[in-house]
Amino acid sequence: MNKIMTIVRKEWAEVFKNRMVIFTVVFLPLLLTAIPLGVLYSVRSSTPAASTSTASLPSDVTTAMCPDGSSGSDCMQIFLISEFMMLFMLLPVAIPVTIAAYSIVGEKTTRSLEPLLATPITTMELLVGKSLAAVVPGVLATYGAFGIFALGTWIMLANKILLTTLLDLRWLIAVFIVGPLIAVLAVTFALMVSSRVNDPRVAEQISMVVILPVLAGFFGQVAGLFVLNSRLILIVAMVLLMLDAGMLFMTTRIFQRELILTRWK
Amino acid sequence: MIHTENLTKKFKEVLAVEDLSLDVAEGEVFGFLGPNGAGKTTTVRMLTSLIGPTSGSATVSGFRLGMQDTEIRRAVGVLTETPGMYDNLSAEYNLRIFAELYEVKDVKGQIDKYLKMLGLYERRLDSTGTFSKGMKQKLAIARTLLHEPRILFLDEPTAGLDPEAAHLVRDFIAELKKEGRTIFLCTHNLDEADRLCDRVCVFKTHMLVVDTPANLRKSLYGRKVIFHLVSSDERLAKVVRDLPFVHEVKIVDNKLVVKLDSPEVQNPDVVRTLVGAGAEVQFVGELRHSLEEVYLELVKDA
Repeated sequence: MNKIMTIVRKEWAEVFKNRMVIFTVVFLPLLLTAIPLGVLYSVRSSTPAASTSTASLPSDVTTAMCPDGSSGSDCMQIFLISEFMMLFMLLPVAIPVTIAAYSIVGEKTTRSLEPLLATPITTMELLVGKSLAAVVPGVLATYGAFGIFALGTWIMLANKILLTTLLDLRWLIAVFIVGPLIAVLAVTFALMVSSRVNDPRVAEQISMVVILPVLAGFFGQVAGLFVLNSRLILIVAMVLLMLDAGMLFMTTRIFQRELILTRWK
Repeated sequence: MIHTENLTKKFKEVLAVEDLSLDVAEGEVFGFLGPNGAGKTTTVRMLTSLIGPTSGSATVSGFRLGMQDTEIRRAVGVLTETPGMYDNLSAEYNLRIFAELYEVKDVKGQIDKYLKMLGLYERRLDSTGTFSKGMKQKLAIARTLLHEPRILFLDEPTAGLDPEAAHLVRDFIAELKKEGRTIFLCTHNLDEADRLCDRVCVFKTHMLVVDTPANLRKSLYGRKVIFHLVSSDERLAKVVRDLPFVHEVKIVDNKLVVKLDSPEVQNPDVVRTLVGAGAEVQFVGELRHSLEEVYLELVKDA
């Protein structure tokens, strides 16, 4: 455990000196929090006709999302909040992949991997340390951003129905359980890709592919193809759990010390 | 301390190391010489359990390769071909990471000790990105020694260093030798190998020869003595050539180059014979072939 923490501290000391990483960890969550709050504020301040119209919403969405007794305005805002919640699924992918990519780029460019592997650290300790260093900031940033969003929404809307939606179990599961599971998937995928390519930029770009299913979820819900309800979220969480286990198994199989040394050039 | 038996490494179809069998004794400085791509780094990587052999076996510090790899890594110190520092971090933090990974008890004490020893203490808080190549190499040596390993693998420790830094590093290696540490030294610098190594191994995928530098010279060239004369000619060469213990005589300017088995015993007879034949001997010295000549001779047909 001590060696894992040494790797985590080393990774953080290194990557947080990189402006791109700092931007991703600090500004991306702020941006993805500020935009939804701004949109919610503008909807709330707009003309009643615009804000209360639910005609543009798919009927499935209104049926599934709008509780009894909610007005058209409530329903529109619930829909918007639900959409914005999907953004909090993007953060646990974008931040860890950026950190993982930069941490690997660092090892590659400084040729520091060989001395590191020459120490008594096990491959598992090294991988867990690197993964934790990437996952933890992503998850914490997501929680922080969600907290700010929830607080902002509460202050701005002060509406019991909307707050109930915000703190609905499915979204709590999505943010606090699915988020970290996505982050683990993203990082293991990034590490796996890194072992197979020689160009760090290619590794980063390919690793970002993990973001596509999340984007598909975002746009799918906007288009009314499906509604992310509690059941679907639980299914997603289960699938992610299995995917994570599979990816972790594959990563530890693929990451032989010799392979890391001869491939991570 | 290091024992290998038919150690072989193949990368797909490429044979990097073939049937390497050698023994390195405790406290010995063992030079591992060979051209680029000869398999030196691969050998070091195998012996430090960074990569596994395709076949053969080895023990390092009594631990079996492939079965006790973590123990091997704990027991040895490795100076890799490139220093591989974390350039955004300070020299002290770079060492701290490795001290923790090697589970050093007195982390600060060991870091300070080697930073002072290698003249880097004043710069300990500076990021290594601001260090010169020589300073980075010294820091890498400090990193290699933090856990006080008894076996050191040094891969090209003076490569790319200016003469002053290279001299400092060589002196430091000599100090480590005095401490009785076993040193496996990969180098292209044959003068360095000649000065530091007890034995050298000339290697090109497989082992060509292993012996002391002096014995290698002797086995390839024999021992040659130069007799500086006021003037020399074929008559004087013939007189010397007729001596029963002389193997070979060559005239080079006013000098006679004579190949002998034991110059310490036979030189007086040669001098006496030359003086008797009317030659005026100015001085006598041994012709010393450089290790470079020996090396080039050995690898040219390999």
